[in-house]
Amino acid sequence: MRTLGMTMAACLAAASIAGAEEVHVYNWSDYIDESLLEKFEKETGIDLIYDVFDSNELLETKLLAGNSGYDVVVPTGTFLQRQIQAGVFQKLDKSKLPNIVHMWDVVMERTAKYDPGNEYSVNYMWGTTGIGVNINKVKEVLGEDAPVDSLALVFDPANMEKLSQCGVHFLDAPTEMIPAALKYLGEDPDAQDWETIQKAEPVLTAVAPFVQKFHSSEYINALANGDICVAFGWSGDILQARDRAAEADNGVEIEYHIPKEGALMWFDQMAIPADAPNPDGAHKFINFMMDPENAAAASNYVYYANGNKTSQQYLNEDVIGDPAIYPDEETLQNLYTVSPWDSKTNRLATRMWTKIKSGT
Amino acid sequence: MNWRRVLLIATPYLWLFFFFLVPFAIVFKIALSDYALSIPPYTPQLDLSQGWQGLVEFFGALDFENFAFLAQDPLYYTAYLSSLKIATISTAITLLVGYPIAYGMARAPEEWRPTLMMLVILPFWTSFLIRVYSWIGILSTEGFLNQTLMWLGLIDEPLAIMNTNKAVYIGIVYTYLPFMILPIYSALEKLDTSLIEAAEDLGCSRLSAFWLVTFPLSRPGVIAGCFLVFIPAIGEFVIPSILGGNETLMIGKTLYEEFFANRDWPVASAVAVVLLAILIVPIILFQRNEQKQREADQ
Repeated sequence: MRTLGMTMAACLAAASIAGAEEVHVYNWSDYIDESLLEKFEKETGIDLIYDVFDSNELLETKLLAGNSGYDVVVPTGTFLQRQIQAGVFQKLDKSKLPNIVHMWDVVMERTAKYDPGNEYSVNYMWGTTGIGVNINKVKEVLGEDAPVDSLALVFDPANMEKLSQCGVHFLDAPTEMIPAALKYLGEDPDAQDWETIQKAEPVLTAVAPFVQKFHSSEYINALANGDICVAFGWSGDILQARDRAAEADNGVEIEYHIPKEGALMWFDQMAIPADAPNPDGAHKFINFMMDPENAAAASNYVYYANGNKTSQQYLNEDVIGDPAIYPDEETLQNLYTVSPWDSKTNRLATRMWTKIKSGT
Repeated sequence: MNWRRVLLIATPYLWLFFFFLVPFAIVFKIALSDYALSIPPYTPQLDLSQGWQGLVEFFGALDFENFAFLAQDPLYYTAYLSSLKIATISTAITLLVGYPIAYGMARAPEEWRPTLMMLVILPFWTSFLIRVYSWIGILSTEGFLNQTLMWLGLIDEPLAIMNTNKAVYIGIVYTYLPFMILPIYSALEKLDTSLIEAAEDLGCSRLSAFWLVTFPLSRPGVIAGCFLVFIPAIGEFVIPSILGGNETLMIGKTLYEEFFANRDWPVASAVAVVLLAILIVPIILFQRNEQKQREADQ
């Protein structure tokens, strides 16, 4: 099997050498200004084949199955770390990445947690996990002084019971929700021992009956249409819901808040699979995306912060000036990162999560 | 020996061998393996370069641990039972809705029937996924159904249907209804109407003529329809994950979580093998029924 796979990969590689040079990029959906793709093809003469995915799990399954055929992929930090351990990636050749000088030390310090020394990856975008609210509905239910900037909004059963009238969605991701519940309790959100992690269970179980749905993407539409009033989700998605509601002009006003107790900071990292057919082209693409003007164009389009310091001068005011995207220094200090659990703890946590959601 | 005949008989067996037995053997092998952080994420892997010794080690490392694990945790049998329940109830509702439609079609004037048949098949021209997604727009709190009912003054509060099992039933019944209608229709269409006339002449009321004559004669169609709905419904993943809520526990979703969230291909494969075993029982029953019917026809 192995040899057959390798022969096939070799044939594929040979085929791509015979034709025009190709680079296959696999990135999140709705995550780039598509004019950048044409610009890359024009500048380098390389054919860019750009595919998209919508979950880390899907990407990881393809990578672990082997011979994915992709040259550049964009996993989130916690997933990246485990994939590095599984031997999925090759080290970056920094000599082929002159634009790396533009990267932002504040981000690199944190991504080193997942990728020690930043040897395998560079940051594409980063964001936070926080609270999206339909501000008028929430104030209607909880009153003018609703704690929209606090984890108490979603983890205090008294608040959640009232909010359940207008609908609450949580991310269907134990790796996001358990650290947040631990933070609410004042525990270490990055706890690795099962005893501490378990403390999140009663907090989440108490509010689960009031959660209409645990889902990791439906809340964008549900918030924008006014079907729900609170979502605990990813910053960029909630900002997207805000813009969709504003475009639809349906009277729905969405706000994104980073909880004052602290929020999870996550990083989507560009990396090159060990079996990439065209690692040289992959480096060219990564270097292209680290060009400050290109990085800024991508952020201006998707409303996520990037890890490129020099690009900040090219960012639009509604991106760099929005504290929901680029938090101020004080908020930034309050953001935390988490490491992946080992596979045994991960299984226990997934099981606990199913129990929280379904009672079984 | 006639070679053409051998080839003819061998074709379905070869098809089954390559597209059922071989994939099943691969899944079954993974179910006997252990999780590993590698590419692919399980161990052991067959290494033929080690020769006989490698083969012995390979088979020595396989065990039924994952099946034992499934038996220990109530999650799995609860999910299997809940899938069985959802599939059974949806099949019953589909039958209740589908039978009158098929009956109406079979009793309609002959020149209408092709049009009616077309109307039943027409939804298949739109992607299944889009049809399921459009139910969100109908069933959600601010959706079409609630707004209409509230506008009519029939309800004061929006009905909570979206993200509950009710929405899952609606989705399954809607999606699989044609699979119920078509076999029943084909059974009813063949029905000789003079039999019903005879029953009525002999003193049956219309209702008892239906129960004593029409329904028993349409039974093969009913059974075929029920299996065609029940079997895909039990492993259904898309409908519960789009329309269902937290209470919806189905084996398809449990399998997805084992595979994607736990990255545990071996346990996911074990869940799939057990699911297949559960499905094979009704499939065998179905086959037997078909065979009996064929014999009766001859």
